[in-house]
Amino acid sequence: MTEAPTDIPPVARPVRRLPAWIIGLAFIALIAFLAVLGFELKSIQQGPILRGQQVPAIVLNTFEGTVVNTTDLKGKVVVLNFWASWCVPCEGEAPALESAWNAYKPEGQVVFLGVDYVDTEPEARAFLSKYDITYPNGPDLGTKISQMFRITGVPETYFLDREGKLAYSQIGPFSTEDEIKAIIDPLLK
Amino acid sequence: MRSATLKIAFLLAFALGWLYATPVSAQQPTPSDNQVNAVAHELYCPVCENIPLDVCSTQACAQWRDLIRQKLAAGWSTQKIDDYFAAQYGERVLAVPPLQRSFNQLLPGLIGAGILAGVGLVFWTLRGSLRSVFVKTPESTPPPPPPTVDAELLDRVEKDLRQRT
Repeated sequence: MTEAPTDIPPVARPVRRLPAWIIGLAFIALIAFLAVLGFELKSIQQGPILRGQQVPAIVLNTFEGTVVNTTDLKGKVVVLNFWASWCVPCEGEAPALESAWNAYKPEGQVVFLGVDYVDTEPEARAFLSKYDITYPNGPDLGTKISQMFRITGVPETYFLDREGKLAYSQIGPFSTEDEIKAIIDPLLK
Repeated sequence: MRSATLKIAFLLAFALGWLYATPVSAQQPTPSDNQVNAVAHELYCPVCENIPLDVCSTQACAQWRDLIRQKLAAGWSTQKIDDYFAAQYGERVLAVPPLQRSFNQLLPGLIGAGILAGVGLVFWTLRGSLRSVFVKTPESTPPPPPPTVDAELLDRVEKDLRQRT
């Protein structure tokens, strides 16, 4: 075995490095890309609002031109009904919802809100007129409200308790006014 | 006198007829199905998965196509209709979302910038080699001197070679 010569000086190779500003810029671009990716992933993986969870503020621009914000309705039970004029089951439950609204309206402890899901305004107005709906209704602009609840279709109805937490969700139509009252009454106690 | 009355009545009738006719001529022509479908093709059904609006048969789609027809009749551009639908129903109804549209518009610039950056990086990496190729030796530098050979040594070598042959 021969020993490696120790007296030979190491060959000095010129080290080439990218300028610091290019490295910095690349890092910033990488971090920005990862941040955007993370934000998108978070919003995609965000699940529906579960029972007992606080419901974020909902802003509904009604067909009458008023703005309803659920943060102003603290202390009241809120019934949020998603519907559309092209939805046949929505036609079936519309009279029951209107009757229930009329029953609770005098006490002022329950607020009904109709959220018109991906609908056209003339047809929506015709629907409201046909079923004499008198509680506030408005379009789901940008489908922001329906995305918040991750609705799977219409009709769907969500009940918020006095603290603004989700108390109950109904997937599908109501058949009678009593079904609606059976959910609201315990929330008023 | 009677003929003058007749003339005035005729003029009045003509003026009234013109007034009624004018709004008709100012109306926009009803957009054809092809025009509506061209816009609808760029939008997606709101309640079904991955079906363009122009081939969707649900009632919601039919209502949306009617809405497109109304907007076209009102003189709206395709872009304005797309923007309206995105604001009303969310960007997911657009076949090409605004972010992707912006990216598509930026793509030629990004490709150009990428090529420039690549060329710059290659140039930066090879700059040592390029310098030796392109940088000329200054003219004032004297040529290296020819090797000197000792005359005595040369004689000895020649003699040695002769002896061997």
